[in-house]
Amino acid sequence: MWLWIHKFGSPKYFYNVSGKILPWVAGATALLIVIGLYLGLFASPADYQQRETVRIMYIHVPSAWNSMFIYLLMAASAAIGLIWNIKLADIVAAVSAPIGASFTFITLVTGSLWGKPMWGTWWEWDARLTSELILLFLYLGYIALQSAFEDRRLAARASAVLAIVGAVNVPIIYYSVQWWNTLHQPQSLGVGMSTIHPSMLWPLLIMALGFKLLYVVILLMRTRAEVLERERNNAWVQELAQALVGKSVIGSANEYR
Amino acid sequence: MSERPGIMSTLGALIRRDLLLALRRRAQALNPLVFFVIVVTLFPLGLGPEPNLLQKLAPGVLWVAALLSAMLSLEAMFHSDFEDGSLEQLLLIPQPVFIIVLAKALTHWLLSGLPLLLLAPLLALWLHLPGEAILVLLITLALGAPVLSLIGAIGVALTVGLRRGGVLLSLLVLPLYIPVLIMGAGAVDSAAMGLSVGAQLSILGALLAFAVTLAPWAAGAALRISVE
Repeated sequence: MWLWIHKFGSPKYFYNVSGKILPWVAGATALLIVIGLYLGLFASPADYQQRETVRIMYIHVPSAWNSMFIYLLMAASAAIGLIWNIKLADIVAAVSAPIGASFTFITLVTGSLWGKPMWGTWWEWDARLTSELILLFLYLGYIALQSAFEDRRLAARASAVLAIVGAVNVPIIYYSVQWWNTLHQPQSLGVGMSTIHPSMLWPLLIMALGFKLLYVVILLMRTRAEVLERERNNAWVQELAQALVGKSVIGSANEYR
Repeated sequence: MSERPGIMSTLGALIRRDLLLALRRRAQALNPLVFFVIVVTLFPLGLGPEPNLLQKLAPGVLWVAALLSAMLSLEAMFHSDFEDGSLEQLLLIPQPVFIIVLAKALTHWLLSGLPLLLLAPLLALWLHLPGEAILVLLITLALGAPVLSLIGAIGVALTVGLRRGGVLLSLLVLPLYIPVLIMGAGAVDSAAMGLSVGAQLSILGALLAFAVTLAPWAAGAALRISVE
């Protein structure tokens, strides 16, 4: 097990293996999202109360699940990088943050669009939307801290501390916002997720799985790019580049530098 | 090793040193308090002097102003020590780094949180807050302000080595302050409406216990990274 982690943690091994996995995961992602979108947008019935607007759910809810899942994964990965000094874990944490922030942003935009027909306003200080907004701030703080350091190693370690502190705080923030919301708005605006009909649940679950895999695909692609950039002075990356574009170009590029 | 000082005497010595330093630069120590007063004054000027409106907004205004003034003075916690190199020496003393951070956060609270307790009743009167709500305001500030100092210590420890850490610090720290703001302002709000405030005060106390035990630990780890 440990041997495997060390082997997988080596950038070169990761680059080769992820290159083989990537097309399959990307294919599965495309398939799931196409099926999910078809079921969600065409095959599933419209809600008797919300009518067609309920279909926003098939984007909104999977993004929201992803936004929280990615933050936890980012914090866990950052902690692994901090404790065991694994370079690959640092990279995974660093490249996850912008992806997570994007999903959070999508959640906010779709939530706002959904809010207009549902609640009559573009923005409602609903507990879940407010927590998503704060989550976006946490992501932005993490990205800002990461880019403030010149040294990559220091950036990874400092932002790892922040990610762990943030992960401890996320439940506290979530519950305090929920409590604040019930104090100020006694009427419930929530969408009854527990009473969802199977014809809507299936597209939702398929979309959720598709979005998870979409995250994996983007994560793998960004991590591979980051690995290449950080290891650009190592022999195996140079060989890779030479095989790709031919010796002369690389030679002249190196002289140019 | 027998003459090694105990934890409490180290804590005392560190706090004494920082208080003395602050005493020598009195004007700097007063700035956050003046800021607090000015921010609270701006609200009646911006919103109009209507007592009902001010009373309704008072808990939130006072707590947001307290949050901002605590945040403004955060940078001083480690900055000068980092500049002149004494922070590195402090990290070398044979005591847990937890103690150093705790001393720094306590000093920050003594200089920025405690004086707020004295100023807050006056400002609350300006905003027409009723008497029992002022009492609750004082309790929430007493419980909440140390949490602000402790969480803030993590943020400063992370950014102290950076050249332009100021704006970044607010971006890191303010989202983490949100639970304190919600509970603090919520308790004062409930008190002004004559409701019970036990739940909010209990949660604030829990946040304080949580922050005292965990925040110095995280800030210590961050300090070690920053001075590297």
